[in-house]
Amino acid sequence: MDESIYLDEARDPLIIAEGWMKDGRDVAIATVVETWGSAPRPVGSHLVIDAEGNFHGSVSGGCVEGAVVTEAMDVIGSGKPKMLEFGVADETAWQVGLSCGGRIKVYVERLG
Amino acid sequence: MDPYVLKTLNEERRARRAAVLVTDLGDGRDRIVREGDRVAGDLGAAIANAFRTGISRSVEAEGRTFFLNAHLPRPRLVVVGAVHISQALGPMARIAGYPVEIIDPRTAFATPERFPNVALHAEWPEDVLKRAPLDSYTALAAVTHDPKIDDFALKAALDARCFYIGALGSRKTHAKRVERLLALGAGADQIARIHAPIGLDIGAASPAEIAVAVLAQTIHAFRSRGLEAKGAVA
Repeated sequence: MDESIYLDEARDPLIIAEGWMKDGRDVAIATVVETWGSAPRPVGSHLVIDAEGNFHGSVSGGCVEGAVVTEAMDVIGSGKPKMLEFGVADETAWQVGLSCGGRIKVYVERLG
Repeated sequence: MDPYVLKTLNEERRARRAAVLVTDLGDGRDRIVREGDRVAGDLGAAIANAFRTGISRSVEAEGRTFFLNAHLPRPRLVVVGAVHISQALGPMARIAGYPVEIIDPRTAFATPERFPNVALHAEWPEDVLKRAPLDSYTALAAVTHDPKIDDFALKAALDARCFYIGALGSRKTHAKRVERLLALGAGADQIARIHAPIGLDIGAASPAEIAVAVLAQTIHAFRSRGLEAKGAVA
């Protein structure tokens, strides 16, 4: 159990995103905005991604991060936010899925 | 996300101040709402709810879909007094999700043997609170019975608007305490926020039972923040 009452600056995705921005890197922020059933990460969780595909944080237990990173590169390029939906692999158009059986919606936007 | 919004949000989070990030999922526009800011209508009600519960969610309002990301500082409990009650309160509060710090300058009381696995300061509250100030996401329970130790911490808790302030002692003891706090410059309405005798009235008798009563009162105070004005809390 993390008992710190202060931010864990070295691991906090939003602090990392701000640091990347200050370094002049292009950044996208992905946020879990809805979950149904058993979802590994709660609503509000973040994954932050830079244009080289570096990332911090998580929006699932590692099941869909790869796909989110790929989409995030697009978002960084176009500047247009995207809403991604992931469910059990064979029930959706997505190649990746959540083996836990849940469904999540992830909002991906560019920083700036 | 607007870079300025991210910077502001991180500043608020670093300072242990609550903020809700409101994102319009239609056009991507976002803004920060701080606790106490007025927002009208259904959106305002949903934001108020996010501040109280800490739950992030998507809401429909004004024909649009907004995502509300609630960033609440982690609540914590500072206990003044390394006494028998605190020995039970420390582990209980931690399990309930409230990290605990115990302060008592009396080195015979504040020993690691009596308080394993808890942040313990064998120092005066004056010194500890200078390093780690109280804030509105901190609860303070003063349980030493000793004005020399309790009073400063209670005054500091009133000034910092701690979400919960409790002080051990009978009504008679508390009446004298009120006089002392008035002399220290606290206002009568401020002092009225102190829960004394401490703890929910569950007929607690043993130190461990009193700890349950204090923890329950702390949780109630945290979960009903902001409802007082509407008369929803007795």
